[in-house]
Amino acid sequence: MHEKIDEIFRGFQSKEEELIPLLQRVQNVQGFISVPSMKRIAGFLRIPESKVFSVATFYAQFRFAPVGKTHVMLCRGTACHVKNAPKILEELENQLGIRSGETSGNREFSLETVACIGACSLAPCIVVNDEVKANLTPKMVKKMFRQNTPS
Amino acid sequence: MKHINILIDNIRIAAREGQTVFDAALDNGIYIPGLCHHPDLKPMGMCRLCIVEIAGRGLTTSCTAMVEEEMSVITENEEINQIRRTTAQLITANHTGECFTCKQNDRCGLQKVASYLGIEHNGDKPMRQRKEELLVDDSNPFFTLDMNKCVLCGICVRTCDELQGDNAIDYVNRGPLTIISTFNNQPLFDSACKSCGECVARCPVGALTFKGFLNPSREVRTICTYCGVGCSFYLGIRGNSIVSVRGDRNGPANKGSLCVKGRFGNGFVNDPRRLTVPLIKKNGKFEESGWEEALDLIAGKFKINKNGLFACFSSAKCTNEENYVIQKFTRAVMGTNNIDHCARLCHAPSVSGLAQSLGSGAMTNSIDEISGARTIFAIGTNTTWAHPVLALQIKKAVLGGGTLIVANPKRIDLCSHAEIFLQHKPGTDVVLMMGMMRVIVDEGLQDNLFIDERTENLAPLIESLKDFNLDYVQLVTGVDKDNIIKAARLYASQKPSSILYAMGITQHSHGTDNVLATSNLALLTGNIGKLSTGVNPLRGQNNVQGACDMGALPNMYPGYQKVADETVRNKFQKAWNARLSNKPGLTHTEIVDAIDRGEVKALYQVGENPVMSEADSGHIMQALLKLDFFVVQDIFMTRTAQYADVILPASSFAEKSGTFTNTERRVQKVRQAIAPIGQSRADWEITCEMAKRMGAEGFDYNSTEEIMTEISLLTPIYGGITGEKIENQGIQWPCPDTDHPGTPFLHGEKFQTPSGRGKFMPLRYIPSSEPPSKEFPLILTTDRSLFHFHTSTMTGRITGLNLLDSEEFILINPADADILGIGDRELVRISTRRGSLEVRIKITDVCPPGIVSMTFHFENTHTNLLTSPALDPVAKIPETKVAAARIDKINR
Repeated sequence: MHEKIDEIFRGFQSKEEELIPLLQRVQNVQGFISVPSMKRIAGFLRIPESKVFSVATFYAQFRFAPVGKTHVMLCRGTACHVKNAPKILEELENQLGIRSGETSGNREFSLETVACIGACSLAPCIVVNDEVKANLTPKMVKKMFRQNTPS
Repeated sequence: MKHINILIDNIRIAAREGQTVFDAALDNGIYIPGLCHHPDLKPMGMCRLCIVEIAGRGLTTSCTAMVEEEMSVITENEEINQIRRTTAQLITANHTGECFTCKQNDRCGLQKVASYLGIEHNGDKPMRQRKEELLVDDSNPFFTLDMNKCVLCGICVRTCDELQGDNAIDYVNRGPLTIISTFNNQPLFDSACKSCGECVARCPVGALTFKGFLNPSREVRTICTYCGVGCSFYLGIRGNSIVSVRGDRNGPANKGSLCVKGRFGNGFVNDPRRLTVPLIKKNGKFEESGWEEALDLIAGKFKINKNGLFACFSSAKCTNEENYVIQKFTRAVMGTNNIDHCARLCHAPSVSGLAQSLGSGAMTNSIDEISGARTIFAIGTNTTWAHPVLALQIKKAVLGGGTLIVANPKRIDLCSHAEIFLQHKPGTDVVLMMGMMRVIVDEGLQDNLFIDERTENLAPLIESLKDFNLDYVQLVTGVDKDNIIKAARLYASQKPSSILYAMGITQHSHGTDNVLATSNLALLTGNIGKLSTGVNPLRGQNNVQGACDMGALPNMYPGYQKVADETVRNKFQKAWNARLSNKPGLTHTEIVDAIDRGEVKALYQVGENPVMSEADSGHIMQALLKLDFFVVQDIFMTRTAQYADVILPASSFAEKSGTFTNTERRVQKVRQAIAPIGQSRADWEITCEMAKRMGAEGFDYNSTEEIMTEISLLTPIYGGITGEKIENQGIQWPCPDTDHPGTPFLHGEKFQTPSGRGKFMPLRYIPSSEPPSKEFPLILTTDRSLFHFHTSTMTGRITGLNLLDSEEFILINPADADILGIGDRELVRISTRRGSLEVRIKITDVCPPGIVSMTFHFENTHTNLLTSPALDPVAKIPETKVAAARIDKINR
């Protein structure tokens, strides 16, 4: 992991204002922001570790645990909301056995809710590993994930 | 200070220039509600409660608006009131808990705001409340963080950032889930928190509250008894017990700040283990006795062990008055100059070294000048741990744009504030600093005018610099020469520059040379005799400066007047009406040797624990057994006291009056807060009783003021010290007469040397006495913990401090641990030429490869059994910082 982080640092100049771009790069490369990587970033930018954590936890885009093999994002934008997104979420949580923001114990699934994915005409929708699934009903969700439900 | 006229609610008010409207109102007795403003911190304007209307500007937060000439401010109207009420309702919506049972009840900023605005907490609730219950962090032994009571004013976060520079806490998350938390939401106990309690002291609500403190029935302002910084604080008292501590904002050395030991470490005073009655050893066991019996016994024994048979260890924990009385007793009644104290083991080289080069062995400048330095060279000082409140000044200098250079064999906490870190090998300080001087001279960065006008003996120094070319310096010190060049240039050109140092410089067999290297560096660049410059030895004990000043030294009378000087001796003979020995006495280390040889038969020891603190302490342990008569005067039963024939219970600092002199030469008043515990007595009273029993005159003082009057008559540097003069802010010596204002920095006009000039001293590299060898391949160095003091006689009684730092660990680099095949927290055997101990290791890159580090705080890990007794030839200080050592895995 050290080499990977060092490689990421190579593109930066150790300036305080690079904190967010650095966090984004680390998440892109590693899939999430780990505690050791936050410590390394703090050292590299010469800012307190608590500051790195404070900024990282402020933004919804940053994750602190690895995502599952299948990463599900549920849209909670206005259009999806009125088209029953809360029910979709309930069904997803039921089927996957995890709550929004969590990763399943076997690292198979992770689930998060996002504000809007910009596909309002397809509401309600989810994104499964970058693929949009549109016009969903709880039934469709059940079908989609049933065989994967942990017993 | 320029005054600015403003109108507040149409009333004319004279505000101070640079003041905020909020502060100007407050100064004039006008209340504006607010939660996030604190006078020690930068204006923030985030709680929005303090909004006012400023003519031409509309509504604005008064805590961020600076006063301007003829500004007109309306503090309250219907619109302001409405906005404030809504804001306050938003804040109180998520504030849970019952006021009546809250520790902050009565002092709460939110209560004040709510009552002023007429908010009823549980009344009509237009705001939606957060559903989640938030974190309550109870992990720290001294305080609790309850996020359910937090108003997110950020005073704690800003205190930890702006004032403490520790950044242990910050805002975490967003929106209604925002909390104050640590990195990765660790419990405070495991975080970067230093437990200073400064955030707790400033929290306006009940989110951060002290665990052990109670509201006192009265408060007494006095001086902390831990390190040499001399923080002024208020001890809160109920009955005869200390129940709270708070910093004194008018304290000249600390400006209200305290560290974890000063704030939370005073429980030892009322500890049930205090010595409360005199003890006499009978048939190998201590038995309680009355004062009469104990003192009569002592007087009888001391009468037959006078002159060279007698020696005394005085105490850097005792007051000036007590040290004066103890040395007077030793000299005038016992007829010997065999008196010394623990300064021998810490700053003797500062006294001997700086006396040669500058003429005075004390900190040249003041604590609050440090923040004004543009370059700080901190060598051999772990300031944030050993002098935490003084370290705040370093952090302040850095925050203000100054540059910090740290030179230390270990990557200490202070390094995180440093621009340059010179990680030199232990014992190579002379080489490092001579290398810096070589750069300065080669590049012509020296201050020629200062050298011409104020110094002497430059040529021999220049000659001796020839041995220190930078390739050689890099090789010996292990420091990259580019960094040495950078540091030298900064120190020489980014002025004013200040040198701070402590035990890392002095505790070497060439400690005096190390000290002389610091004064050479300062003289060469003219960084001395001016504000925010100087050579500043940071003294360790609360009154080690005073104990030296008072002549608890074998070759000096009070005020550094030489024993060997006939005129001086005559003055004291006359004043004390006694014949005094003209022979300088033995030093601390020499006294132990003399006891071992059977030459010194009787030892009187006040408030010290040399069995734990003396290097190679196996030596003193067997020497003490040879004494005919050993009197220990202390507040607790110590390892050393076990060897005594008589133990006398002394009063602690909280039970007596007098003065302490801090590291910046400031004589400050110590005020009695409670009555003596048990039958204990103030040290000066005990010594005076002994003297009287031996038929001596001149010991019938009625008060410590009477003693100080005698001191000031005989001690020119204390000539003007009177109780009245030091009442508020103390006085920094030299203060020759009562009209003198004291001396914040030394050597402004001339040096105290015979010629009046600062003297350069040529130096050469003398390696440490124990280089690593095949058998002992590691270097063992010693250090201090933030949470304990010295041999933990006092801090060891504090449960919370023991939790924060529970046992001794050998700090070792991962590379060394790998080679030895030992894991973190593994119990290993560490050995030096003098002994061995079983200790756990802590793997850390604080230590570079080849160097391991231990403290000497723990009675069950007797570190000083291992340390080296090699002495500096001039100062007679042992080399506690460098011992060749080996570590072995324990196979069981």
